[in-house]
Amino acid sequence: MNAELAPGFADPVRAAQSCFRAVLDAMSHPGRVAHVAGVAAQSPLCVASAAVLLTLVDHETPLWLDPDAEPARRWIEFHCGAPIVARPEAGVFAFALSLPDLSQLSAGSHESPETSATLICQIGALDTGRHFRLTGPGLRSATTIAIEGLPPGFVTIWRRNHAMFPRGIDLILCAGDQLTALPRTVSIEEV
Amino acid sequence: MAYVAVKGGERAIRNAHAWLAEERRGDPAVAELGLDQIREQLGRAIDRVMAEGSLYDPDLAALAIKQAQGDLIEAAFLLRAYRTTLPRFAHARPIDTASMRAARRISAIFKDLPGGQTLGPTYDYTHRLLDFELAENQPPPDAARARPDLSPIPRVPDILGREGLLEADGPVDAEPGDLTREPLSFPAGRDVRLQALARGDEGFLLAMGYSTQRGYGGSHPFAGEVRMGEVSVEIEPPELGFAIDIGDLTVTECQMVNQFKGSKTQLPQFTRGYGLVFGYSERKAMSMALVDRAMRAAELGEDITAPAQNPEFVLYHSDNIEATGFVEHLKLPHYVDFQSELQNVRRLREAVEQREAAE
Amino acid sequence: MKGYNFAYLDEQTKRMIRRALLKAVAIPGHQVPFGSREMPLPYGWGTGGIQVTASVLGPDDTLKVIDQGADDTTNAVSIRHFFARTAGVRTTTHTANATVIQTRHRIPEEKLAENQIIVYQVPQPEPLYRLEPSRVETKRMHALSDYGLMHVKLYEDVARLGQISISYDYPVMVNGRYLMSPSPIPAFDNPKMHRMPALQLFGAGREKRIYAIPPWTDVRSLDFEDHPFRPINAHQACGLCGALDTYKDEVITDDRGGRMFICSDTDHCEKRRSPEADKAA
Repeated sequence: MNAELAPGFADPVRAAQSCFRAVLDAMSHPGRVAHVAGVAAQSPLCVASAAVLLTLVDHETPLWLDPDAEPARRWIEFHCGAPIVARPEAGVFAFALSLPDLSQLSAGSHESPETSATLICQIGALDTGRHFRLTGPGLRSATTIAIEGLPPGFVTIWRRNHAMFPRGIDLILCAGDQLTALPRTVSIEEV
Repeated sequence: MAYVAVKGGERAIRNAHAWLAEERRGDPAVAELGLDQIREQLGRAIDRVMAEGSLYDPDLAALAIKQAQGDLIEAAFLLRAYRTTLPRFAHARPIDTASMRAARRISAIFKDLPGGQTLGPTYDYTHRLLDFELAENQPPPDAARARPDLSPIPRVPDILGREGLLEADGPVDAEPGDLTREPLSFPAGRDVRLQALARGDEGFLLAMGYSTQRGYGGSHPFAGEVRMGEVSVEIEPPELGFAIDIGDLTVTECQMVNQFKGSKTQLPQFTRGYGLVFGYSERKAMSMALVDRAMRAAELGEDITAPAQNPEFVLYHSDNIEATGFVEHLKLPHYVDFQSELQNVRRLREAVEQREAAE
Repeated sequence: MKGYNFAYLDEQTKRMIRRALLKAVAIPGHQVPFGSREMPLPYGWGTGGIQVTASVLGPDDTLKVIDQGADDTTNAVSIRHFFARTAGVRTTTHTANATVIQTRHRIPEEKLAENQIIVYQVPQPEPLYRLEPSRVETKRMHALSDYGLMHVKLYEDVARLGQISISYDYPVMVNGRYLMSPSPIPAFDNPKMHRMPALQLFGAGREKRIYAIPPWTDVRSLDFEDHPFRPINAHQACGLCGALDTYKDEVITDDRGGRMFICSDTDHCEKRRSPEADKAA
């Protein structure tokens, strides 16, 4: 069975710019939920995951694929041309359908903290689920976000990531056609 | 008289461009320069612009030279900016200078050697006397012809290398860096350093190379070989599985043989400096080889005492497009910052005067 | 514009710059190296700012370009034309109407809003460069948070001159972690950066560095407790609109020492003089 690959962006120039602005907005305002469009979902990828991958990932960015996201390989290889790497620490990007072990991904170095991985993680929903309180750069005052589908120990996991600053992973969470971003600078508590 | 805020920037720019176009054309009664004339008769300018523009296309270089009114750095800038817009469709295999169809090949370290000493169309032994006959557009006298010897000319490093006298080339399996995609970072590998030198300003490299000969980090260079001629450019399309020839380049290559390295326990060998440049540009190729060798000081265990041995210093200042941009940017308005300095100096002067008045 | 991609840059270059911008936002004040391309304007004339703007800009944006605070200085005109030609984007001289503002050497007087992005042109991204020319060394200093060299320089200023003598490109500490060059804005403008509601992006094309300050982020100008940061400004009022609290250009009006002070921010000054004209884009 050779399923047809869903197409990428219908208007790549415009859609990539629009999706980038959504991600930039999200990364600049942690916890803000943005909507993206311009590409159809292709199982297992939701619209937002597909859009973010098309926007940011290409042949210059090694990508680590979490084993549970293996069904997305063909689409990613075809549309992004990204070299898919076997070792998690070699990924400039990582894509997963549920939060993987962050400590396996590259956290960058003290001299070059920007070389750390960006994790694109698909989760259940961004308008229901457990509530988290966010503070840090990008936020005028504390903000709350609801996320469905993160592991129970997420706050502890994130605290470890945050404590490594300036090193650390940056996270883009995708659900349906929505996304939010958690840069390494944000502090997270469970509400 | 009431002050009217300065306006008219747009009109000024339009007028400036129009005047520039007239200046470029010069006296309309004089025949306009053709690109073919520039390409055919100003070959050294073409070569320099292609090298520093990092783009091999003699016709485009001719256009750039015409557009820049002969300002070669401006012309190289035009090529660089154009290059940025070009799509890449393949990586060529490394050119093989051993198979070069050399128009010129000389070696300063051997009186005679396989392949011989071929002067080629060189200025070396011309007497620098202005030739007023050139002002009269007479055809040049016929040059004597001979049958070309097409056998490959062995490279001097290979000749020396056979006895183990010259250090070998480094490992060749890694992917070379690409300065046009990735910013320079240190420590910079030799591949990236050579790429920077190949597109670096000829004048700067000449001065840096010259400084090493005068004692600022010297390495006793000998010109092992200088060769100039055509090489083939080959690509290997994945669909074909074999290499095809897509064109020729003229390049100049210089192998410098330098201060030997070794000890009582390690067999001494001569060390190398390498220069390679688009077109027929010996001054650049030789300067490049001197500077390449100087920048290897750390690797070869030599004390770093001179600017040419400092890769950060050489490589951050070798790109004349960057250099001219920044030097010339001083012409842009800086009056906001100058106003801050003015206020600063006024405040400091007031403080001194107040202190003096109080005493 | 025929033959060129939207906003001139090819999509691959935009992706590379966009990736750098996202990392920059995640590490406020840290210089992220990027593969700066050769642009049709010379290095040193705003290529970094242009590449950032070109990567951010979309067809729904409204772009303002200023240099020295004014919209019609020659280079601002040139850059605005560049984007009008290559992106067909709407342009404006009104700060309040812009979604993206590219600037050289000034921050607009009017407070920026949350939906705005300001892109600074940066000639020299390394705040320590005058004290230490080697990038290998300064990279190490930033990694170790070792800014002793700068503190000593400021201390020596106070010892020698009685005050800190930096009047523009005054170094700031961002998010309590990175020493950053705010670009050569007058020290007078530094306070505007602190907890700014807009996103601040910085592009240095020749030096090939991008950096960023997210909205609402701490930006503090370096000083000492007993010598607090005190930005300088001319005490004269604007000769056109009367403002006392704006940054002024000094204009020489005759050769007998005659001078006038005029708001450097031309849009702000015009708005003060004819508020109703502000309605039009």
